[in-house]
Amino acid sequence: MTTVAPKRKLRVATTSLAGCFGCHMSLLDIDERLVDLLDHIELDSSPLTDIKSPGMCDLGIIEGGLCNAENVHVLRHMRERCRVLVALGACAITGGLPAQRNHLDIRDCLQTVYMTGVGVHRGFIPNDPELPLPLDKVHPLHDVVKVDYFLPGCPPPAEAIWQLLTDLVAGRTPQLGHGLIHYD
Amino acid sequence: MKRGLSEVLAGNAYDPTRLVQILRGMMELEGYISPSVITEIAAALDLPRSAVEGVAGFYSFFETEPRGRYRVHFSDNITDELQGSVELRQRLLDAFHLELGEVSRDGRLSVKLTSCTGMCDQGPAMLVNGRPIARLTPARIGAICSLIRGGSPVDQWPENLFTVDTHLERADRLLSTPIPPGAAIDAALARGAAETLAVVRRSELRGRGGAGFGTGQKWTACAAAPGPDRYVVCNADEGEPGTFKDRVLLMHHADALIEGMTVAGLAIGARKGFIYLRAEYPFLKPTLEATLAARRAAGLLGKDIRGQRGFDFDVDLHMGAGAYVCGEETALLESLEGRRGIPRNRPPYPVTHGYLGRPTVVNNVETLIATAQIALFGDEWFRTLGTPRSAGTRVLSVSGDVARPGIYEYPFGVTVSQVLADAGAERTQAVQVSGPSGTLLARKEFGRRIAFEDVPSAGAFMVFDESRDMVRVVDNFARFFAHESCGFCTPCRVGTTLVKQMMGHLVAGQGSRRHLKDLARVSKVMKQTSQCGLGGTAGNPILDGLEKFEPAFYGRLPSLEVRPVFDLDASLAPAREATGRDDAGAHLDPERG
Amino acid sequence: MMPPTPTAAPVPRPTFQLDDHQVPFTPGQTVIQAALAAGIYIPHLCHHPDFAPHGSCKVCTCRINGRMATSCTFPAAEGLQVESEAPEVQALRRDLVQFLFTEGNHFCPSCEQSGDCKLQAVAYDLGLLTGHYNPLFPDRPVDASHSDVLLDTNRCILCELCVRASATMDGKSIFALSGRGITKHLVVNAESGRLGDTILAVTDKAMSVCPVGALIRKRQGFRVPIGQRTYDAAPIREIAVQGAATAPGTGGQTP
Ligand SMILES: Cc1cc2nc3c(=O)[nH]c(=O)nc-3n(C[C@H](O)[C@H](O)[C@H](O)COP(=O)(O)O)c2cc1C
Ligand code: SF4
Ligand code: SF4
Ligand code: SF4
Ligand code: FES
Repeated sequence: MTTVAPKRKLRVATTSLAGCFGCHMSLLDIDERLVDLLDHIELDSSPLTDIKSPGMCDLGIIEGGLCNAENVHVLRHMRERCRVLVALGACAITGGLPAQRNHLDIRDCLQTVYMTGVGVHRGFIPNDPELPLPLDKVHPLHDVVKVDYFLPGCPPPAEAIWQLLTDLVAGRTPQLGHGLIHYD
Repeated sequence: MKRGLSEVLAGNAYDPTRLVQILRGMMELEGYISPSVITEIAAALDLPRSAVEGVAGFYSFFETEPRGRYRVHFSDNITDELQGSVELRQRLLDAFHLELGEVSRDGRLSVKLTSCTGMCDQGPAMLVNGRPIARLTPARIGAICSLIRGGSPVDQWPENLFTVDTHLERADRLLSTPIPPGAAIDAALARGAAETLAVVRRSELRGRGGAGFGTGQKWTACAAAPGPDRYVVCNADEGEPGTFKDRVLLMHHADALIEGMTVAGLAIGARKGFIYLRAEYPFLKPTLEATLAARRAAGLLGKDIRGQRGFDFDVDLHMGAGAYVCGEETALLESLEGRRGIPRNRPPYPVTHGYLGRPTVVNNVETLIATAQIALFGDEWFRTLGTPRSAGTRVLSVSGDVARPGIYEYPFGVTVSQVLADAGAERTQAVQVSGPSGTLLARKEFGRRIAFEDVPSAGAFMVFDESRDMVRVVDNFARFFAHESCGFCTPCRVGTTLVKQMMGHLVAGQGSRRHLKDLARVSKVMKQTSQCGLGGTAGNPILDGLEKFEPAFYGRLPSLEVRPVFDLDASLAPAREATGRDDAGAHLDPERG
Repeated sequence: MMPPTPTAAPVPRPTFQLDDHQVPFTPGQTVIQAALAAGIYIPHLCHHPDFAPHGSCKVCTCRINGRMATSCTFPAAEGLQVESEAPEVQALRRDLVQFLFTEGNHFCPSCEQSGDCKLQAVAYDLGLLTGHYNPLFPDRPVDASHSDVLLDTNRCILCELCVRASATMDGKSIFALSGRGITKHLVVNAESGRLGDTILAVTDKAMSVCPVGALIRKRQGFRVPIGQRTYDAAPIREIAVQGAATAPGTGGQTP
C-alpha cells in the first residue's frame, strides 16, 4: 500500500458560456472515476455547485464560445481568477454551432426573431438592461483571452476529459492519442 | 454578341492565349466584364466558361461587376504613403461622399487601392481608368474632381496630368553607352550563335530581375533543349514596390532592349519574342509599338534580319492586368498563355518547358539591354566594372526620404551609405533594398554593398528617415503581400492574410506578445513551404523588422496581457442600434471586464 | 519465328531513404507515390493517385536532401534523403493544417463529412487540438440548387481535386477557381453561378474526390452514424496505406 501525503487539492471552476451544457454532461460521464478525481480536485464555482463566482482557482474549464456581453464578462473574470484556463469543446475553441450565425447581420437576426418571424405578433426587440446584448459575431475564447489548453469535441469524450484532468493533476502536459481527439 | 466584342476577338485572332488581352479590351470598352460577356468569350474561344471566369477574377484590374465610369486606383505603396497619399485619397473620397471600394450612387466614380504603380520618385500616384497620374497634390486632386464632375472622357483630360518624368540622377555604363540600331545584331551575326552564347557566358552577366541566375547559362540551356520552337520573353512586369528603373529603361532604351531580345533570339534559335508589360505602364505601349514598327521597317525585326537568310525574329507586346505575381517567370508564362497567373511546379524549368511548353528564356529588361551591349563590346569590357561575383552595373530606383529620388546607376559593390549620400538622404533610419521581398537594413548595416555576394537587389532602394514608424512600414508591406498572393498554396494564401491581420492588430493597439511570436512563426512557415518566391519572401520584412526594430514592435503592445483581437465595444454596436439601448450594460470596456 | 524472350535477371529496384526506411521506387514515381506504395504514410490533402501532381496544399512537405519540398511533386531518385517525421517537418504541417482550419468555416459537429473527412483525419494524425490562430470566419456561399448535390464552400480547402476530376475525367470542366489570394474561391460552369445550372451528375468522378465536406450528396445525410465512420475505425495513417503491401509499386491508393 502506498500512502502518498495528500497534496493540496486543485481548485477547479467550470462554466458554460454560449454552450449547451453537453460538455458538462460529458464531464459527468467520467462516472465512478469522478470519485477518484474528487480526491485530487475541489470544485469552486460551477453549474455543478452552488458557488456563483469563482475564487482564486488553479484551473478553469470553460465550455461554450462568446455570444454576448455577459459571456465576455464571465470569461474575463475566469481568466483573472484561474491560473490555467481550458477551452472545453468545439464551441469554446471555434465558436461552434452558434458561430454559424456569423455571416448574418445580428440586427436582421433580432428583427426576425422578435418582430417578423413566423408566429410573432406585435413583437418588439427586448431592450431590458438586464439582458446581455449579443456580439455582432460569435467568437472563440482565444479571441479575447489567453487560453492554456484546448480539448476539442462536441462534446469531448469523457475519456479525453479524464485524460486531460489526470494529466493536469499530475502536472503533465496533456497528451491525447488516437480516438481521444475528435472534433465531432 | 455584345457591342465591340467581335472586334476585340478578331483583333486578337480568336486566340485563347490572348485571353488576358481580350479581357483588357472589354474592360476598355465597357468598364467591366459582365457575366454574359464571359459566356460569349468562352464560346468564341472554345474554352470552359468557368475557366474564363477564373481568369477574369484573377487580375486586379479586371472588374466583373459594374464600377464607376471613372475608375480610380490609388497607389498604396509605402512611398506614396510617405508622400501623403492617404490624405489626398480622403480628399477625393470626401468630395464625392464615397467610401473606399464603393461606387458612387450615380455610377460616376469608384475608388480602390492598388499596389505600387512605379511612380515612387514622383508620387503620390493614382490610375484613372488605367492611366497613371503622378505628383498628386491637393491642387491636382481638385482639378481631377472637377474633371470627373464635368464628365469629360479621360482621354480628353489635359495631357499634362499624365506626364511621367524621368529623374536620371546618376548614369554609369549601361545608361550612357548607346547602341546604334543593328550594331549588336551585326556583331552577334558575325560571331555566330555558339560564340554569342559563349561571350554572354564569359561576361558573367547575372539576371537583374531578382534571382541573379547566370544569363549565359540560361541561354545555353535553352539553346540545347530539344524542340521545334523557342521563345524569348522580356519580363517588363516590374511589380516590386519601389522599383521603377524598367519604366525608365523602356522609355529611353527600348531600341537597345529589342536589340538584346533579337540577339537572344539569334543565340538560342528563337523566332518569336514577347514583352510582358505591366498594366500600370500603358503610356509605354505607344513608344514600344513605334520602336517595334521602326525596327521592322529597318529590317531589324521580321524575316531575314540584316539580310541573313533564315534569321527571322519578331516581338509581340502583351500587357498584364494587375498582378505582382506575374513577374514570377512561370506565372508570367501562364499569363502569356491566357490563364490565371499561377506559378508552375518546377522542375521542369522554362528553359526546357516554357511558353506553350517550349524552351524559353525569360529575362529582365535591364538584363537584355546588357546582353546587347555585351554582344557589341564584348565580355571583357563588361567585366571591367563590378565585383568578383557581380559583373557590371546595377540600376537602382531610389525613393522615399531623400532629396533627389530617381534613377542611380552604379557599378556593383557600391555601399548603401554612398547611395544615401548621393541621393541626399538625412537622418536615415532604414533602407529597404530590393522592395518588400528584399532586405530591410538598419543604420549599422549601411556600410554593406549592393552586390550578389552581399546585399542583392532587384533595383529598389526605399529610404526611411528617423521620423518614420517602422511598424507602419512593415504593415504596409504585409498588406502588399496579402493583396498580391495568388492563393495557389496554403502557406502564402493564408499566411499573408494572417500576417496582415496580426499587423493590423498591432497597429490598432490590439496586439499581444503572442502575435509577435505568431508573426515570426507564420513568416517561417511561408518561407519554408511556399510554392514561389512571393510566399518565400513575404515573411522577410516581418522577420527583419522584428529583429532589427524590435523596440518599435514591442512599443506597439498596450500591455503584456493578451488583448481581444476585435473591438469589444464596437461589436455590440449593431445590437445597441437594434435595441436602442445605450446603458452601461450595453457597452464593453476594452480595458476591463 | 520470334526468338524466345530471355528471362531478365531480377534487377534490384532503386531506393531512397525515408526516415528509417529504404523505399524502393519505379522511375517516374514521385516520393509520395513510392512511399505510399511501400506502406509508409506521408500526410497529404491535394494529392490523389488518379491525378497529376498538384502541390498546392503543401501538407506533404518533407525535408528532402536538406530542403523543404513537397513530396507529391518531387521525383523519386536514387539516394534521396527524405525526412517526413522529423519534428520540424511535422511542426510545419501542423501550422499548414491550422491555416486551413483558420481560413474556412469548419464546424465539424454539424458537418455531414465528419469522420470521413481527410482534413479532419490529418489534423487528428498531427495531434491538433485547435486551429491556434484567430479564425477568419469568411462569408462564403452554400449552393443547394442542384437536385442531387450540395456545394458548401465554407468547407472547401481549394485543393482543386474536383476541378481536375471534372476537367480530365468527366470532360465537363464544371469547376474552376476564381479570385486570388485569400479571396480565391470555387466557381461553377454556369452564367447563373448555380450548380443546378451545370451538367454535373452525382455519378461524376468530381463527386468522389472531395477530401472534405464541400461537395455533398443529397439525401445520404448521416446514414452512417457519427462515431462509426472511416477515421473513427482507424487513423488515416493506417487507412491510407491499406493494400499497399499486397500491391507494391502501384502508386499510393488513398480511399
Ligand atoms: C513574386 C515575384 C515577382 C517577380 N517580379 C519580377 C519582375 O517584375 N521583373 C523581373 O524581371 N523579374 C521578376 N521576378 C524574377 C523572375 O521570376 C525571373 O527570375 C526573372 O525575370 C529572370 O530574369 P533575369 O534572369 O534577367 O533576372 C519575380 C519573381 C518573383 C518570385
Ligand atoms: S507562394 Fe503565394 S504567390 Fe506563390 S504560388 Fe503560393 S500562393 Fe501563389
Ligand atoms: S469538412 Fe472536415 S474539417 Fe471541415 S467541418 Fe467538415 S468534417 Fe470538419
Ligand atoms: S470542393 Fe472539395 S474537391 Fe473541390 S476544391 Fe474544394 S475541397 Fe477540393
Ligand atoms: S499533397 Fe503535396 S502539396 Fe498537397
